[in-house]
Amino acid sequence: MNEHGSARSERLTREDAAYVARLARVDLTEDELDLYAGQLAAVLDHAAQVAAIATSGVEPTAHTLPLRNVLRDDVVRPSLEREEVLAQAPRAEDGRFWVPRILGESP
Amino acid sequence: MSVEAWEPVVGLEVHCELKTATKLFCGCRNAFGDEPNTNICPVCLGLPGSLPVLNVKAVELAMFIGNALHCEIRPSLFHRKNYFYPDMPKDYQISQYDEPINVNGWLELPDGQRVGIVRAHMEEDTGKTSHMGGGGRIHDADHALVDYNRAGVPLVEIVSAPDIRSAAQARRYVEELRAILMAIRASDGRMEEGSLRVDANVSVRAGRTDELGTRCEVKNLNSLRSLARAIEHETERQVSLLEAGEPVLQQTRHWDEQAQKTVALRSKEEAFDYRYFPEPDLVLVAPGPDWQYQVALCLPPMPAERRAKLTELLGAGGPTAAQVDQVATVVALGLDTLVVEAASSGIEVPLALARTANEAAADADRAREVDRAAYGTLLRMEQEGMLTPTQAKAVLADLFENGGHPADIARRKGFEALGAGTVVAAVADVVSAHPEEWARYCQGEDKLVGFFTGLVMQATDKKANGKEVAAELRRLRG
Repeated sequence: MNEHGSARSERLTREDAAYVARLARVDLTEDELDLYAGQLAAVLDHAAQVAAIATSGVEPTAHTLPLRNVLRDDVVRPSLEREEVLAQAPRAEDGRFWVPRILGESP
Repeated sequence: MSVEAWEPVVGLEVHCELKTATKLFCGCRNAFGDEPNTNICPVCLGLPGSLPVLNVKAVELAMFIGNALHCEIRPSLFHRKNYFYPDMPKDYQISQYDEPINVNGWLELPDGQRVGIVRAHMEEDTGKTSHMGGGGRIHDADHALVDYNRAGVPLVEIVSAPDIRSAAQARRYVEELRAILMAIRASDGRMEEGSLRVDANVSVRAGRTDELGTRCEVKNLNSLRSLARAIEHETERQVSLLEAGEPVLQQTRHWDEQAQKTVALRSKEEAFDYRYFPEPDLVLVAPGPDWQYQVALCLPPMPAERRAKLTELLGAGGPTAAQVDQVATVVALGLDTLVVEAASSGIEVPLALARTANEAAADADRAREVDRAAYGTLLRMEQEGMLTPTQAKAVLADLFENGGHPADIARRKGFEALGAGTVVAAVADVVSAHPEEWARYCQGEDKLVGFFTGLVMQATDKKANGKEVAAELRRLRG
């Protein structure tokens, strides 16, 4: 980005947008890809403006909330009724969720 | 160049399921072997609107692990690791990424060698997927069934530095780590149930160069045996590639237990891009000095210290090679207090150690719960000759299984002590009935001790003590 932070030197390309869509398993038409690539680039340009603000003297924050160590006791609470849950799945078998054939190992 | 000129360079990633009552981010039961999908709720099913809340016990156990592995415990964050796979209904796994809770530690092996610990971070486990049809193989399967009881179970992933140089050393590392995790009650150590899972990063290098070769990650190592075999096989595979002038490709490989070899996983269309980003529903985890101090204070004695204690009890002269193994076994299984308590009540340490490393270790879960006084009494009965070793072992098995008093069990089994003189008389009978064998024994054919002992056992209904019989035979021979 330049010193004013008004533009990114590497603007998001149409290929980048197609890659992100594929990662998110979103099927886009050519027209949609043009539309969203432009919109996504505008969002990133805005983020680039924020990133351009001088923050050298500012502590990094992990979260917008001023909280840390939000914890619960290790106490069992009732789970859901299995039959009720499985009834809402597209398909179930043997008390388990039925899913289509998987093509690869777990990541 | 021969295989000997090559050196394997190994780093291990150990996933440890934490022994909490509930999952990492919800109050569902954390239990192995329950009916499928009975421990699930909106949080671990990833239903819209549900929010994760971190389990305090999981954080504490992660800190125990960090302490035991000499790590620096730091303020830490959770990230979302995004991927599409049915084992996580949220389509992401919550894991610690660039700010893990534990970093920069080490583990010392029994031989004094140190293995660096890069990090030990918290994350949630995934659900269990079963591939149906096509013989259960993933690529031939027709469909899959998913059980989410394990989804959300707390894990700590312990990543070692690439400091391991052999399959045997990798095995010792996991054994020692397992003993430590059991000592601090973070894990039940059951590899066969998947509560401890190991992946190995293996590369090879020629001679004493500092340069690292291209590595392969080997998965599906469900036992110490397959860990060692997989590293040996993967080392040989990489060496033969390099000696043939071919490159080693960086890839993930699967250990095929049946074929006893590693196989490449089907290559992906594109590399995984997890798009990690901070989990917005969880805040910083930063255990303060008070909490850290409490954990450090509560750290139980580590396996190395406990082995040293037993070795000291064995006294001057040091332990025999067999006793070194026995000491390692009882400590790894958490049975060493049985030996220490027996020793303090006057039982000879070698006897207590042998019974604990053999008979108690064979039934370790129940042995850990055994009535300590009854265990001591049984050892005393054997020590004083009221029971033969064979009888003592039988009584022990019964004691572990049903409890009760050793004297009652012995009586029930008909193990009455033989009256003084019975062995002497039985040996005399047997000797006079077999003059030819006796003559050969007297000429130095020592293996006939077994022959005579067998006959004496028959005559005494197996109540004679083998050592006493042998001693009597020696005495008669003069």
